[in-house]
Amino acid sequence: MNKEWPIWEIFIRSKNGLDHRHVGSLHAADAEMAIQNARDVYTRRQEGVSIWVVESKHITASNPEKSGEYFEPAKDKVYRHPTFYKLPDELKHM
Amino acid sequence: MEKNIKDLEAEFQKRIDNGENIEAKDWMPEKYRKTHIRQISQHAHSEVVGMLPEGNWISRAPSLRRKVALLAKVQDEAGHGLYLYSAAETLGISREEMIEQLNNGTAKYSSIFNYPSLTWADMGAIGWLVDGAAIINQVMLTKTSYGPYARAMVRICKEESFHQRQGYEIMLTLCNGTEEQKAMAQDALNRWWWPSLMMFGPRDEESPNTEQSMKWKIKRKSNDELRQQFIDQTVPQADILGLTVPDKDLKWNEDRGHYDFGEIDWEEFWNVVKGNGLCNRKRLKDRNAAWDNGKWVRDAATAYAERQAEKRVSKAS
Ligand SMILES: [Fe+2]
Ligand SMILES: [Fe+2]
Repeated sequence: MNKEWPIWEIFIRSKNGLDHRHVGSLHAADAEMAIQNARDVYTRRQEGVSIWVVESKHITASNPEKSGEYFEPAKDKVYRHPTFYKLPDELKHM
Repeated sequence: MEKNIKDLEAEFQKRIDNGENIEAKDWMPEKYRKTHIRQISQHAHSEVVGMLPEGNWISRAPSLRRKVALLAKVQDEAGHGLYLYSAAETLGISREEMIEQLNNGTAKYSSIFNYPSLTWADMGAIGWLVDGAAIINQVMLTKTSYGPYARAMVRICKEESFHQRQGYEIMLTLCNGTEEQKAMAQDALNRWWWPSLMMFGPRDEESPNTEQSMKWKIKRKSNDELRQQFIDQTVPQADILGLTVPDKDLKWNEDRGHYDFGEIDWEEFWNVVKGNGLCNRKRLKDRNAAWDNGKWVRDAATAYAERQAEKRVSKAS
């Protein structure tokens, strides 16, 4: 038997109230083992209170070659930011 | 329209010059990819083989405190290997392939681990000097241009500082102990000093890849710069221990603001690189044994996962 274990992406919530964040990846035979290994590899110093694992093949990523057409249109839409609007200094709480 | 390779390369270099990180799915020159696969996998192998000289002393640590610390350090090194293998895998090489290259002796790893760990003081010297030298290199690499490699380095650097401190504490304790203990510490420094300096690689003029590595921001400092930095920071630490660095040419140079130091035995360096160090064969034998003896565990885990998956399917239908 010589089958490579699949790769899992690991997400960790460092404490309640914060999002799970991607921390890295590892190989494991199944999800349960991926969580156990993630515990041993990524939380040895209390870095987390919760772990998510997702098999890498289930992640669909945007195409980096298209990132220009994808993300640049937002660049000139400064009116989506509060600082675009010029209001008097004496105005409070807005 | 297909962009031609020259344009792509120029664009790539511009991104690097602008200080952008390159990510796994970005276009990159084939040589950039290959160089990284080689460098990151060698780095991963070094972490993994690096467990062997220290593993040698876990069961013989002089106290429980030393034992848990050494065990934790060695476990960290296994994790470092894993972070790095994962980073290399983003470039399209499989874990199996890398392990195969290590086990069959075609891959290189840091030559420092081909020296034997003869006494308990070596655990002190390794943590202090070998991890110390590794940290200097790794801190530089946190700024390397390839994103997955840089992120692995950040994580590794956070864990490394305890490694060096636990090693130095071992040295300190020995140096404050009996005459024999201090002599043991001195002997360890004598044996590990020069190989530690060699960890930074050949002199700049003998290091043909440095220029391209700097241009791609894989490296940001040359071998000689890093080596000098290590010497400058380590000599005062030896003074605190009351130990003598085994180099009669070592002298503070007021004009340069650095220590001058003696000639490194490059013949020894190349000899160990070529596989003729004291422990090259033993390290490979031990790695192969670990891999072969772990096979039934890997197979069992695979079989169990398959069974569980089948059960889920039959339940669902
Ligand atoms: Fe390490
Ligand atoms: Fe370390």
